[in-house]
Parts: sequence; C-alpha cells; structure tokens
Amino acid sequence: MIKFLVQRTLGMIVTMFFVSIMVFIIMELPPGDYAERWAFRKFSGTGAQITQADLDNIRANFGLDRPAPERYFKWISNIVLHGDFGEAFAFQTSVNNVIGQKIWLTLAILFSTLIVTYIISIPVGMYAAVRRNSLEDYALTVFSYLGFALPNFLLALILLYISITYFDTSVGGLFSPDYADAPWSMDKALDLLSHLVVPAIILAWSATAFQLQTVRATMLDELNTLSVTAARARGVPEWKLLLKYPARLAINPVVSTIGFDANRIFSELPIVALVLGLPELGQLLLKSYLDLDMFVAGAILLILTFMIVFMNFLSDIFLAILDPRVKLIEG
Amino acid sequence: MENIKEKTDDNLLEVKNLKISFKTDEGIITAVDGVNFTVKHGETLGIVGESGSGKSVSTWSIMRLLPKNSIIDKKSSIRFRKKDGKVVDITKLKARSKELRKIRGGEVALIFQEPMSSFSPVYTIGNQISEAVLQHRDVSKEEAQEIAIDMLDRVGIANPRQRFKQYPFELSGGMRQRAMIAVALSMNPALLIADEPTTSLDVTIQAQILELMNELQEELGMAIIFITHNLGVIAQVADKIEVMYLGKILERGTTKDIIQNPQHPYTQALLKAIPRLDHIGERLNAISGDIPSPLSRPTGCPFYTRCEKVIPGICDVKMPNPTKLSDTHTVYCFLYEEKNV
Ligand SMILES: Nc1ncnc2c1ncn2[C@@H]1O[C@H](COP(=O)(O)OP(=O)(O)OP(=O)(O)O)[C@@H](O)[C@H]1O
Ligand SMILES: [Mg+2]
Repeated sequence: MIKFLVQRTLGMIVTMFFVSIMVFIIMELPPGDYAERWAFRKFSGTGAQITQADLDNIRANFGLDRPAPERYFKWISNIVLHGDFGEAFAFQTSVNNVIGQKIWLTLAILFSTLIVTYIISIPVGMYAAVRRNSLEDYALTVFSYLGFALPNFLLALILLYISITYFDTSVGGLFSPDYADAPWSMDKALDLLSHLVVPAIILAWSATAFQLQTVRATMLDELNTLSVTAARARGVPEWKLLLKYPARLAINPVVSTIGFDANRIFSELPIVALVLGLPELGQLLLKSYLDLDMFVAGAILLILTFMIVFMNFLSDIFLAILDPRVKLIEG
Repeated sequence: MENIKEKTDDNLLEVKNLKISFKTDEGIITAVDGVNFTVKHGETLGIVGESGSGKSVSTWSIMRLLPKNSIIDKKSSIRFRKKDGKVVDITKLKARSKELRKIRGGEVALIFQEPMSSFSPVYTIGNQISEAVLQHRDVSKEEAQEIAIDMLDRVGIANPRQRFKQYPFELSGGMRQRAMIAVALSMNPALLIADEPTTSLDVTIQAQILELMNELQEELGMAIIFITHNLGVIAQVADKIEVMYLGKILERGTTKDIIQNPQHPYTQALLKAIPRLDHIGERLNAISGDIPSPLSRPTGCPFYTRCEKVIPGICDVKMPNPTKLSDTHTVYCFLYEEKNV
C-alpha cells in the first residue's frame, strides 16, 4: 500500500508539472501583454504619447521583460514554496487576495455537489437493484431519464422561480445580505450551507441520475454472482450479505469517477453560477483572460486542474482500499 | 409414487416428489420433475447426468438457494433430520427465517464448481472462513480465526497462517477448492453438497481433491452428495448413484449396480463415454444428439429422442414406472417394465 501511495503521489506531481507548463503556455498565448493593456487604460484619452521606451519601462516594472523560462520558474517556485500566486495587475493587489474567498466557495460548491450526488445515488441505486422491476424501480428510472434530459440552466431557473415565489428566499449568491460582509460565525456558516443546497442540487442532478443507474447496474450484476450465493449458503443474513458483498463492489465505479465528476462540475458551474449569481471562479477566469491579467487566469486554471488531478488521486486511493485487486495489477 | 422401504430413522435427508419450475420470459420451465432420493448419515450419494439435467437445481433447493423466479411444487417435500434430532421439511421454511439460516452451512454446506467465483475477490480467504465459523459457532473472533487456520491446515494448505491473510486471486485453482472445502467444513455440517467440485480442475489436482474429500469424510463422518457428469469420478467416491436426465431420475442403485451392471440405455451410454486407460485409441462413444430444451420437454420418457432402444408408440407416450431389479437397484425404462408385466 505504501508503495502504491508513493507511486500515485509521484504520478500526481509529474502530472501537475506538465499541467503547470501548459497553463503557463496558455497564459502566454494571447497577443499583447498586460503592459500594453495597462498603458492603454492609463493613458487612453489623455492624449499622452506612449513610446516604446515607456512600454519597456512598464514591462520591467511588472517583470514582463524577462525570458519565458525564467518567468515560469519564478512563477511556479513562488506558488510551490510560498503559496504566492503573484500579482493581480488589474486589481492592484495579490492574486491570493482576489481569488482566495472565491476558491473556498467554489470548493464548497464542488464538495456539497459531490456529497449530494453520492448520498443520493449510492443508497437509492442499491435499493432500486434489490427491488428491481418494482414500482419504485420504474419511478427511479423515469427520474433518471429526466435527470439526463433537463439542462442545468433550465433547472436553475425553475428552482430560482420556485424558491422565490413559494419560499420567499433568495437563492442568488452564497450569502444572505446580512451575512455577506459579516465575519465568519456559526450563523454565517449555516447561512452558507442553506445557500449551497440549491446550486448543489442543480449540479448534482444529472450526475445523480447517471451514478444511480451505474450503481443499480453494478449492484444487479453483483447480486447474481456466485460469491453472494456462496455467502448465503453459509447462513449469512440477507441484509448483512447485501452490504458486505454486492454493495461494496457497487461503489467501485462511482469511486473511480470522482475526478470525472469534479471535472464535469467545474465545467457546468459557470452557467449555473451565472443564473444564480454565485461568486465563483469561472467568470473571474473569463474576465481576467480578457483583461490579460494572466497571473489571475493562471492561478485559477492551475487550482481547478489541481483539484481535478487531486480528486483522481483520491479516487485511485479509495479504489485501492475498496478493491485489493487494484493494487495487485498496478502496484 | 414409489415405496421407500428403508427405515426412515436412518435417513438424514429424504427428498420426495421434488418438482421445481422457473418462471421465465419464454414461459414456465420445469427443470426437475418428480425426483426422489435419500441420504443416510455418513453416506455418499452420487448424482450423475449431462449438463442441464437438473443436478444443481435439485440439490441447491435443499438449501433453498434457488433464485426468486423458481417455484418448488407444493406436493414436494425435503425432509431433513437436524443435529437436534428434529425433522424439518425445508420446502416449508420461510425464506428469511432463522431456522433456514442455521441449516445453511450449519447443517448442510455447499461447495461449487467454480472455486474462483465462489469467493468474493475483495475479502481475504480468512475473512470468508471466519464469517462462516462466526455464523454457526458461539466463538470469539480470535477463536474463529484459529478454527479457520486449523481447517486450512486440515485441507492440506501449507502455511495456513499466511494463506489466511491472502486474497482468493493469490491462490491457485486447486488451492482455492481446498479453501472452499475448508469454508464448508469449518461449519461442521452433517451433509456436504459437492456440486461438480473437481470439474474445473486438471486431472492430477482432481484426484488430490477427491482423495482429500474421502479422507475428511472418514474423519468427520458427514454425508456427501457428490454431483458430476463424469461416472468415472463418481465411481471413486459414491456409495450409491442416481442417474438423472432432463429433470428425472432414470436409474438408481449402489455404485456397483450402476457401474458394473447398468441397465438403462442412458446409463449404458454414459458409461461408454468415459475415457478408459485400457481402451486408449478407441473412439469415445458420446451420446448422439443434443439434450432437448427444457422448454420443449418430450412427453413420455425424456430420453426417448436419443435412445437407441426406443420402442415407438410406448416410450414417447408416458413416463415408465420404476422397475425394481434388486433391493438396491431400480430402473425407469419400458424395456424392463414390459418383462415384469
Ligand atoms: N434461474 C433459472 N431460470 C430458468 N431456468 C433455469 C434457472 N436455473 C436453472 N434453470 C434450468 O434448469 C435446468 C437444470 O439446470 P441445472 O443447473 O440444475 O443443471 P445441471 O444438471 O446442474 O447442469 P450442469 O452440469 O451444467 O451444472 C436447465 O435446463 C436450466 O435451463
Ligand atoms: Mg450444475
């Protein structure tokens, strides 16, 4: 197991190294740089003439005049060694300040979505398998198809409408106005939780439908295996049998797609966030990219990719714990 | 109905008039139809027949392990004498009753043809043996582990302590079948059902497992129902044999009766199909034709469609009555019924 852990950790580091290079290249890709943008903003309309020397000056101020490899190493070593993502030029403060809060909120949405997905899909999928071809099973199948078919933004609008007209609550944003600028407290955390419910349900909707069917199918396969009959033939009570044998294996396909789910949530989040007015990273990413505020864009890309890579890493570890065959094959 | 003349007190198991059907999309399939057999304490009954003849279905029903779409006919009975001396009809037990759970493993244990898939791949061998022990004996976890390790040792697994901690895929096929036997015997059953326990193993391992089973039976004194489609294998282990075909018993007798003096054309054909060392080079006489599908079961004797000695107008009309050739030997065939008439 230790060997397996070391292997996977090294794998993750190597992956992140290549990811960081790619992110850096993406940061370099757009024509022009922040210096031009800055000069344009500052002096446009003032009638001032900007010379190449001025531009070079500005570049030197921002450290943009160094060769790319050097800038890359400065950038990445600051991140790795000091957790410092650099300067957010457009905001005239550090990137950490700009994205700090948003990252935590994005992660809160990610995790609450994953939790909602798994808490519903795993037990319900198992139940549907055990009661296959029953009324409940058919009802769940219909629900699943709805889940696949309904686009997220539509669901977001529907829930927004329902919660405003019937519950008189604001679903927009992640905090009620009272708490938005208040310091952290128990009440504020609860307020956040209550605001997380709606986005989590929306983002979890299709994943739940999908994972539910996966769990149901795996569980059905596992229920009919000889090893379950063998355990039954040992006199193991039915409920214990279900939990110990098929249920445990039915979780595997879900666990192995945690990274995939995280990826999907990140890509669906911006649209849902737009409808619900959530402060998350996606829109900031877009804006900073348009502004050529590259350290902000780079930080967001790097953090989101790292989250996905890390979720994949977690999923590998969980899978190895759940299924001893994994270690044997790969470790 | 035939008379069972044996003293019923001796019988550990009495299966009477067993009829089992399955509800399927294509209709109702009758897999076992009117089967009777008995097993005494410490005795080995062999059940032999081609694939699909209903060997597994009729014996799994003793532990009520058949899937939910199976129906055991109301007139069937499976009477089993428990260790406490009480006789229960297993067909009448509730599916989730504690009594049934105690019988599963504690009174009747089962080993399967596929030792690989009968273990769960995600738990150690030791976990699965301990589970069996804990289910049926009032012992602590540590004691269960000791019993399990002891059992692994007894079935001839070297380094049992180490094997205890290993996963099924870390053992060889023969080793896994030994472990499967260890699981079954660790629960101390009075009856062991061995459903083709050696079919998936190669010949030398097969012989070792048969020898092991014989040894353990002498040591522990349990009765065995040994299922196979190979009469050659069964001759080495069984005291008496039932020959099954398409859900019906066609011939029954002691091992000697069946092997040395087979009467039913089906039994004779099965015997001709065994490869023999002294006949190497001769063509094996496989039985011609295929087993009919249980969906289109022939009326009359189920074997008439492939029988060399079929009597047209008789065999295809009704099932023959049992003909007693001796105290121990019974055959269901018109060839003999006629002589008696
Ligand atoms: N779950 C089921 N649903 C429908 N039919 C079944 C089911 N299980 C068994 N059968 C039918 O019952 C018949 C007897 O099957 P069984 O498994 O008892 O044969 P067998 O003698 O054990 O054969 P084998 O040597 O292949 O193990 C088969 O023809 C099969 O079609
Ligand atoms: Mg079988």
